Amino acid sequence: MTSQAPPAVPPPDVDTGRRRFGRRPKARMVGTRMGTADRVAVTLMVAVPTLLVLWLVWVPGVLSVVLSFAKWEGIGGFDTISWIGVDNYKNIFTIYPPFEPAIQHNVIWLVVLFLVPTPIGIFLAVLLDKELRGGRFYQTAFFLPIVLSLALVGFMWQLIYSRDQGLINELTGGTTDWYGDSSVNLWAVLVATCWKQTGYVMLLYLAGLKAVDPSLREAATVDGASETQTFFRIVFPVMRPINVIVLVITFIEALRAFEIVWVVNKGRNGLELISTLVTSNIIGEASRIGFGSALATIMLAISSVFVYMYLRIVMKEERP
Amino acid sequence: MPNFESEAHYLASLTPPSVAAGVGRRNFLKGAAGAGAALTLPGLLAACGGDDEGSSGGSGGAPTGTVSFGSNEAGGDVPQMRRDALVAAYEKESGLKVAVNAVDHNTFQENINNYLQGNPDDVFSWFAGYRMQFFAERGLIGDVSDVWPIDGVGEAFQKASTGSDGKQYFVPDSNYPWVVLYRKSFWDERGYTAPTTYDEMITLAQQMKTDGLNPFAFADKQGWPAMGTFDILNMRINGYDYHVSLMAGEEAWDSTEVKNVFDQWRELLEYAQPDALGRDWEEAAQSLVANKSGMYYLGLFAFEQFPEDERDDVGFFNFPEIDSSIGADAIDAPIDGYCMAADPDNEDAAKDFLKFIPSKEAADTLSEAGYPLIWANSNADLSSLQPIQQEAAEFIAQQSSIAQFLDRDTRPDFASTVMIPSIQEFIKNPDDVEGLTKKIEEQKKSIFV
Repeated sequence: MTSQAPPAVPPPDVDTGRRRFGRRPKARMVGTRMGTADRVAVTLMVAVPTLLVLWLVWVPGVLSVVLSFAKWEGIGGFDTISWIGVDNYKNIFTIYPPFEPAIQHNVIWLVVLFLVPTPIGIFLAVLLDKELRGGRFYQTAFFLPIVLSLALVGFMWQLIYSRDQGLINELTGGTTDWYGDSSVNLWAVLVATCWKQTGYVMLLYLAGLKAVDPSLREAATVDGASETQTFFRIVFPVMRPINVIVLVITFIEALRAFEIVWVVNKGRNGLELISTLVTSNIIGEASRIGFGSALATIMLAISSVFVYMYLRIVMKEERP
Repeated sequence: MPNFESEAHYLASLTPPSVAAGVGRRNFLKGAAGAGAALTLPGLLAACGGDDEGSSGGSGGAPTGTVSFGSNEAGGDVPQMRRDALVAAYEKESGLKVAVNAVDHNTFQENINNYLQGNPDDVFSWFAGYRMQFFAERGLIGDVSDVWPIDGVGEAFQKASTGSDGKQYFVPDSNYPWVVLYRKSFWDERGYTAPTTYDEMITLAQQMKTDGLNPFAFADKQGWPAMGTFDILNMRINGYDYHVSLMAGEEAWDSTEVKNVFDQWRELLEYAQPDALGRDWEEAAQSLVANKSGMYYLGLFAFEQFPEDERDDVGFFNFPEIDSSIGADAIDAPIDGYCMAADPDNEDAAKDFLKFIPSKEAADTLSEAGYPLIWANSNADLSSLQPIQQEAAEFIAQQSSIAQFLDRDTRPDFASTVMIPSIQEFIKNPDDVEGLTKKIEEQKKSIFV
């Protein structure tokens, strides 16, 4: 394998045509000589990841669904599991007060991630794409939050939001309990999340914009299109793959939102999310394995809707 | 993730319990053989240093080798230094080696299920009461009945260390009372005096409010601090026995008794520091240090939030009586201590260590080293304790009933997934007691089956 590496990076004086011509027979030769080895390699390359995915994704996934019909403390063997049918689901929907707010908060999370960081990210990307003076600096500044873990972001914003010692209340003289008051803490946390997400969206679009063929823009200018028209009618549609990626990322981020609220107050008191409910029921001394699994299954069902939508879009794209 | 001392420990932790059990027995035999034939170095030291320990061991020859110790103190603060001093004292006393595996407090608690079902350390920190019994019933904690009785450790402690089958599964180290804390010099300056009845306490709180103070410091961001307030009101209004049966799931949470507790609490909330849900208890204690709050109902440990040279200035009083037929001689005074793994690698050494921990020698050594606590051992020398700790030790001794704490007296799943959100909901919206208690009861029924 390593012997093939050098030709992959051609010396600058070799022109591409010759390189391609020179490489092909060699590759074919290797193919015929190592037929069995290749087949073994391919089998392994397919089998190992398949087994890993089965073991790490499908088995736990299916087991979660199975356990969601059980009552189990997570201690001892199978004999300690009692099967209680759909009781867990019934309890979640009828007598579990944090569930309804959790669903609401996840939806709010999704909507806000769509409406705030995405447009701002696109806007910043367009500005930075114009190669303004100091563009590099801004690019770094906007991108920096992504490097930080959300847990750390939560802590940093704590310094700003703290009721008694935080920056905002210190400057304004207010006494708003940004993280503790359940009517504002979700929005406070969302500000912090958007601050992080914006940089991510910006970076993706910036990469996308750089890849747009400049001749398209020139053609549009020649045809007399304004800058706005060029962007919305030409550039934006051309960036369709990026749009799909951003769409998917937003869905994923909204569903797996977890770290920041967990850092703030373990997802209680106004910051309930499905992910934190799953965690607080399963992790820790609580160990309501069945109940937590039922919550996880509900989360899985909701995600599947988005996964299905995503797959439809991607499949359609791949079909000519 | 637990911190593993060495690669070997890490690998050992991957061994399934069933296999590890075999290894444990083999090691034990090896150790026994070693002790009998050619004394290894630690064995030799044990023979020299700890004659009395050897003879009181009960189950044969002097223990040898290493005892692994799972500790929930890893913060680099006073509790960890205290733990290190304890380990050093035991190593010196016995000649054995203690391999400490320290994990942060909350992480330790959150992982306890996996920890106990994996390959737990021979000796590990835990809590008395239901929280211990729960795991003992499920066979995850080792029987240490032969360590008991312990000279100087009273019957109440033994009761709290006993599982539902009548055997002991726990060794107490220390405890602390939940009391109303205040700053003495500040109260003298303002002319406040400690109330002896509930009405006096409310009058005092009103006075403080007019003086521009938060009468009660209050915080419940972490979810457990306000459980203490529920407990004490419940024990003052309905009594200790009701607390026990309520925690055991035998009483209804939507009963008049429980509603009375919440109704009384609503009155107290008017005098409590606002926005408690965004504040942790350390911040609330700081408001007491800064003389912004008048008093604080919390565990005695809160006095350590005061600067070292001001700790003499902290006073406390018992939460006063509400109903004279119930009285005020029941408090929360949680006991901290240690358990042995169900299948320890070095059982002799583990029991020997567990016998040492609550001894007068251990307590006195730690007190002298500057890490005093209210020791479980009543023979321990009180003179090197902080004055407030001495006072608290006497105070605990006067109580007729001692509860552990809401989250130590009831099922862990009920405490964390039902009571924390419910109490927070009450603090947020204290007016809907009817709806709140109904929801608690419904959820309780789905958990206590």
